[in-house]
Amino acid sequence: MTIIDCRPFLAVGVSFLAAVLIAFSRKYPNLRETWSAIASIIKFGIILSMVPEVLDGNYYEWTLCQITDTVGLTLRTDPAGMIFAVLASMLWVPMNFYSIGYMRCNNEKEQTGYFAAFAICMSSVMGIAMAANLLTFFMFYELLTLASYPLVLHKRNEEALMASRKYLIYTLISGQLFLAGIVAVYCISGTMDFTAGGFLTTEMAPRWLLQAIFVLMILAGSVKAAVMPLHGWLPAAMIAPTPVSALLHAVAVVKTGVFCVLRVIGFVFGPKLLAEIGTVDALAWAAAASILISSLIALRQDHLKRRLAFSTIGQLSYIVLGAALLSPLSIKGAYLHLVAHAVMKITLFMCAGLIIARTHRNNISELYGIGKKLPVTMACFTIASLGIAGMPFLVGFISKWNLALGALQAGKPLYVLVWVASALLAAGYLIPVCQMAYLKKDPHEDIREYGEISYRMLIPICITTAMAVILGIMPDIYPHFYELATMASQAICAGWTGGWL
Amino acid sequence: MMQHAPVMIVLLPVSAALLCMLFSRISKNLGSWLVIASIFGAFFSAVTALQQVIANNGAPLHYWMGGWQPPIGIEFVIDPLSGILAVLITFIALLVSIYSRPFVKDEDWLHIGGYYTLFGLMTVGMCGMVITGDVFNLYVYLEVMSLSGYGLIALGGKKSMLAAFRYLLIGTIGASLYLLGVGYMYAMTGTLNMADMAALSAGHLHSPLFAMAVGCFVIGFGIKMALFPLHGWQPDAYTYAHPGAAALIAGIMSKIPSYAMIRFLFYMFKVDNPVVSSALNVLGIMGVAGILIGSVMALAQYDFRRMLAYSSVAQIGYIAIGLAMGNMYGFIGAVLHIINHAFMKCALFLVIGGIEYRFGEVNLYRLGGLNKKMTISTITVTFAALSMIGLPPTAGFFSKWYLLLGAYTGAQYFYIGVLVISSLLNAIYFFRILEQMFIQREASLTEVHRHKGKLGLPVEMAVPIFVVGIGIIALGFYSVDIVTDIIKLGLPEVFLR
Repeated sequence: MTIIDCRPFLAVGVSFLAAVLIAFSRKYPNLRETWSAIASIIKFGIILSMVPEVLDGNYYEWTLCQITDTVGLTLRTDPAGMIFAVLASMLWVPMNFYSIGYMRCNNEKEQTGYFAAFAICMSSVMGIAMAANLLTFFMFYELLTLASYPLVLHKRNEEALMASRKYLIYTLISGQLFLAGIVAVYCISGTMDFTAGGFLTTEMAPRWLLQAIFVLMILAGSVKAAVMPLHGWLPAAMIAPTPVSALLHAVAVVKTGVFCVLRVIGFVFGPKLLAEIGTVDALAWAAAASILISSLIALRQDHLKRRLAFSTIGQLSYIVLGAALLSPLSIKGAYLHLVAHAVMKITLFMCAGLIIARTHRNNISELYGIGKKLPVTMACFTIASLGIAGMPFLVGFISKWNLALGALQAGKPLYVLVWVASALLAAGYLIPVCQMAYLKKDPHEDIREYGEISYRMLIPICITTAMAVILGIMPDIYPHFYELATMASQAICAGWTGGWL
Repeated sequence: MMQHAPVMIVLLPVSAALLCMLFSRISKNLGSWLVIASIFGAFFSAVTALQQVIANNGAPLHYWMGGWQPPIGIEFVIDPLSGILAVLITFIALLVSIYSRPFVKDEDWLHIGGYYTLFGLMTVGMCGMVITGDVFNLYVYLEVMSLSGYGLIALGGKKSMLAAFRYLLIGTIGASLYLLGVGYMYAMTGTLNMADMAALSAGHLHSPLFAMAVGCFVIGFGIKMALFPLHGWQPDAYTYAHPGAAALIAGIMSKIPSYAMIRFLFYMFKVDNPVVSSALNVLGIMGVAGILIGSVMALAQYDFRRMLAYSSVAQIGYIAIGLAMGNMYGFIGAVLHIINHAFMKCALFLVIGGIEYRFGEVNLYRLGGLNKKMTISTITVTFAALSMIGLPPTAGFFSKWYLLLGAYTGAQYFYIGVLVISSLLNAIYFFRILEQMFIQREASLTEVHRHKGKLGLPVEMAVPIFVVGIGIIALGFYSVDIVTDIIKLGLPEVFLR
């Protein structure tokens, strides 16, 4: 049943409004950051209030205006979109407090622009999560590109300039190709509304054209999801302040790329059609390769944030691979891993940010002995690292389990090996950090206190770590990510079992 | 009064322009206010006329000059297409006329009066071209527009004389070619009224004379539109034009001939005959070359105005390929792009005029830190730049969307590639400017007209800049209304069959 309700747009609008208010409260830092915090809480509240109905199988839908003569600017909350919306708005709340602590601790410049752009990014993420058709999706997708561009540029130096240019080149090119794909989809099918299980069929167009459209549309998602070889912008973008890396380059922006892949595979083409036209295998190979290669590269990075960035690239490809395997369980695993990776990676980045802010050390080889100085932070870092490696009772396990089962269900057992290998590699590149922090003695004893412990930064870290543990033990705890993921994958794969089993 | 709205669009500014010198002699500023008021009147009349047309469900409004019946007398015809363009022209002209007051404020009465006379006449010429229903009358208005255009360009300063003279020479060739085409058509049909000519030319569509006439129209209007490779006059003319009027010249003047081209090829000659379709093919090739070469040339410029001029060559190419697709979506895209591009280019020229007014600087590498000094202007530039690139929700996205749809439905995939490449080239040269304005260290600029205060510019300049900036976003959100309520009502017959 469809419920006509404007709440989806309220969720988008609240942070737009916050951005405006932030821009006007330039002179009052406390007021400015209050706006941001209030917006994040209200947004989370609005999104949560829609969860029960969505779990009952209903949709909230609202059309704000017409974009073109036949397509409206429509938001709709289906289970798949709801997962992403809840996730992003949930993590924005602790992130906000962390941001305030981090920005003040480092005395960063241009904070007003930072908070305003951050709020607009969150608006566009909500729009992307709940977009009901391709054109609405594209509008918010491009808005996200634009709004996150100033955040990459935040430091205003030569390196940031180069990183932001790189970012724009990657995202704008893929965005335009995506647009060309949307036009083609519209012209062959006459519609753009996302439909679970896909709305394209083989009768609509010749095989080569469907394949070409698929490539055009997947490219856009793959760039934002940093699937190799399209990942170049992500390590460069680590120049941005750590909260940006944490929320945008581990959760929001890159996850929109992954979400785009899931939308295209599940809601535009559908697993049945893709199994017929067959290009999806290439995507699966690229994703598998990028899981392994990025993990190997991550082993060699000494810069902490860069190591985490390469780890992100690998983890995102898990989700892409899950989607590309086209079996019900692998798609469910993909949605679950979307949540799991977000919670774990945001924790890791926030820890990294705190370490950088406190000790001014960026390289892993200099982190000896910080386990004693920052015990809570490093404990959280260790828990999140184990989660990335796929420990049971942490959030990453259940998603990987589903992904591996999905590979079997799709009749491609070799991919299970990829996941096993990458879990070992993940342990290989994250555990040494903990080892360095706990076991190595500080040879110079020169870690001094750099400022006070900032509870604004520490408490959010503890919250997300708690989430990682709780979601690991009880994956279906409120707001029911597990249930939503099951609903999404069932809707996508109605009458489709993945081929093998 | 209501039934006279069509003629008022032209009559008010023409009388004001002619009286302007006299009034300026009496009091320095009186003439300028008279012209501004008359343009406001024209805007009001245009809106009234358009409302009537829409209320009549798109049935054209006919106005017979002096009561003479059409094939003999001259008539004004306002259909949805010419109505929306008349509104567009008068609206932009109104903004620019207010905007340019600070530029001439310190001159003597002769300069102010002369400037506003030319300005008023140019508005008259453009409005007349879109609302007339007579091909020779169109020539008269074309010349009125061009002559006053030469004047306004020549007012720009040192180098503008040469630019204006060059435009005069080339522009006259264009106008003469048009006249020649009209001569051929008259020889075949014996009429000058557009509707009449459309009906009578149906029997001559295979005669060589008709092909000659179409060729003359395409080249003649091509020159006036600055369609590549006929654009030689345009970069200099836009660069050195009077900074106050440049927004009008660059924003609208080159769009009006493209309207005339639409009127001839789509409404009078229909597109479904072999001569016109081969003309459209030529138009498409010219458009594609213009898009690519214009964009690359724009990348190479360091003078902001010159960069915008080359970008116009590229944007006119968008309109050309929209027409060349020869289907409904391409047509809608082209018309929408005329409107959107008028706003975008006008906005950009208004801003660079403002920068020139305050700092005397046009080098785009010397605009660092401008966001602190001229906040409103930089916001407008941002909107206009995003619109040029074609990112939603700005206006430029929507015309590109219809162009893409047109290219796809016509199976002309080549155009899709060109549009994508062009968007990316646009992104390069516009983000270059945004980077300069927002990121780079503050450039040491000397204040020519020192201006304190939040707006950064005199109110007369800041308000129009703000209005067009908002307009770009508003056009994006209302593009669907423009398309369904106005453009689709007035589609050429060929697409309705």
